[in-house]
Amino acid sequence: MSGSTDNRKNGTPVMRAENLGITFGGLHAVSGFDMEMYEGELIGLIGPNGAGKTTVFNLLTGVYQPTEGNFYLHGKSMLGKKPHQMAKEGIARTFQNIRLFKDLSVLENVKVAFNQSMSYSMLEGILRLPRYWKEEEEIERKAKEILAVFHMEGEVDQKAKNLPYGRQRKLEIARAIATGAKILLLDEPAAGMNPTETAELMETITLIRTRFGVSILLIEHDMSLVMSICERIVVIDYGQIIASGSPYEVANDPKVIGAYLGQDE
Amino acid sequence: MKRTLSKTSINGFINYGIVIAAFLILQLLMAQGMISNTLKSLLVPVCCYIVMAISLNLTVGILGELSLGHAGFMSLGAFSGIVAAMAMQEFSPVPRLIAAILVGSIAGALGGVLVGVPVLRLQGDYLAIVTLAFGEIIRNIIVVLYVGLDQKGIHITTNSAGPALEEGGIMVIKGPMGAVGVPKLASFTAGFVLILITLFVVQNLVNSRAGRAIMALRDNRIAAESVGIHVTKYKLMAFVISAALAGAAGALFGLNYSSTVSSKFGFNTSILILVFVVLGGLGSIRGSIISAALLYILPEMLRGFEFITKARMLIYAVILIAVMLTINNPALKSLLEERDLSLGGLLGKLKNGGRAKKGGAGQ
Repeated sequence: MSGSTDNRKNGTPVMRAENLGITFGGLHAVSGFDMEMYEGELIGLIGPNGAGKTTVFNLLTGVYQPTEGNFYLHGKSMLGKKPHQMAKEGIARTFQNIRLFKDLSVLENVKVAFNQSMSYSMLEGILRLPRYWKEEEEIERKAKEILAVFHMEGEVDQKAKNLPYGRQRKLEIARAIATGAKILLLDEPAAGMNPTETAELMETITLIRTRFGVSILLIEHDMSLVMSICERIVVIDYGQIIASGSPYEVANDPKVIGAYLGQDE
Repeated sequence: MKRTLSKTSINGFINYGIVIAAFLILQLLMAQGMISNTLKSLLVPVCCYIVMAISLNLTVGILGELSLGHAGFMSLGAFSGIVAAMAMQEFSPVPRLIAAILVGSIAGALGGVLVGVPVLRLQGDYLAIVTLAFGEIIRNIIVVLYVGLDQKGIHITTNSAGPALEEGGIMVIKGPMGAVGVPKLASFTAGFVLILITLFVVQNLVNSRAGRAIMALRDNRIAAESVGIHVTKYKLMAFVISAALAGAAGALFGLNYSSTVSSKFGFNTSILILVFVVLGGLGSIRGSIISAALLYILPEMLRGFEFITKARMLIYAVILIAVMLTINNPALKSLLEERDLSLGGLLGKLKNGGRAKKGGAGQ
């Protein structure tokens, strides 16, 4: 845990989940999920298929309301918040199956995410009053800056659906950054990528952490990626945390090995 | 402030240009007496249907929700506009017309809120069914409505004897007979101005943060929510603006005839407008303008030929099918796409343009 001790010295965790859980009918999809995330941390969330990783994301972004427990952003309870309110609270995500605004341009995809930071009204927009021009100019610049970090400045006018797969994944991350979020939840960002693209993605993730000062929670099946960039890893199986700690600790935990490879009964 | 033109705004200006050019050409032809009376009588309704098509496109093409009751909003606008115009006897025609259109658009907007608040939580087919029902409900309500005007104001009743009016009072809406004795305040110029206003509202809305949010909802609701878009708010915004514009078009339409019955705004009219929008291309404003104008005039023009009069609607249907098959032909589509000429391509330009590239200016 040496990598994360520095972060833990200062202040409250940016995100804290306490005994978080959800039941669908009689099925405990996630239960007793405890976790703390400190500023600037990069935590991996792994587990076999169907373990409940994406459900955790859905709980943390307000898509599902937890049936037990609670979670806090900067010490503030987030119970009962809807997805669009969670974005305002500073948490943004990407999706396992890419969800872009496919018929909008790359630039517009990013601009949409600035919506909550803009203040001109519908009427000001229709009448093109000064505030419209001022704010539109500002987000045009900011959106292009973000896209430049992702080396996508050459593709601003392309429709999102026409981008190659790897770039679509990147655009999704860029869009999440544009919301101004301080916590990013990345749901299998390397899924379907070839080794070169994965390597590029790892660089991007490391870069945005420092560049935008975000804390990242990452679901990933690509173990080489998880082991090399995450400071801490949380392993869940059947909706419960079975191990957490540094990549080395987790990789050598018999419970984790059992969950992935099957255990001798 | 100097602002370089983006593709988007150029596209918008082309739309204004088309409308203005068409208006000037028609005015010129009329001055020369080269336009038949039949065609002249179609000018105002064509303007109304163009506005209807653009406004429905906002709901169907840009918001991506199917509405089958757009004529209901037109109906609300028509009858409330007529009442407003009749109540303002002492004013001159132009302010009366403007007031009637304003009242019509407010009535449309209120109808939009009424339907939208509960219904926009539904998606897809459910919304279509509820809007269809709404259109029919409006039509049936107006059939039993008796509205009279006198010194004391507006009297509304569902009693077939009509409201008790004072001396000098007039009946405006007589139940199944509809609105009667309506002053014909509508003019081609008014229709032209209304189209320009509609274009201004819709195009500027689409190119603002609200428009982006609306299109984001259409493309992916879950992702839109995840970046902080309030779904109900933006859906309602698009739906109500669309209804308000339909109400305005309805008011103009109502004031173009000396009598209007509510059955004019039935399900068939809603479908007719939807056909304009779909054939013009979902999301394509220019497509809506052109297809509404052509497809509205076409069946009327077919009347002119003696031998096909009887089969006119049949021919109309065949033409619609031919158009649909042609624009969906994969070979033609790819050819048009290569040259970026298709309506979809134009739409792409419209959206991809990235408005207001104001390179370093304005500071």
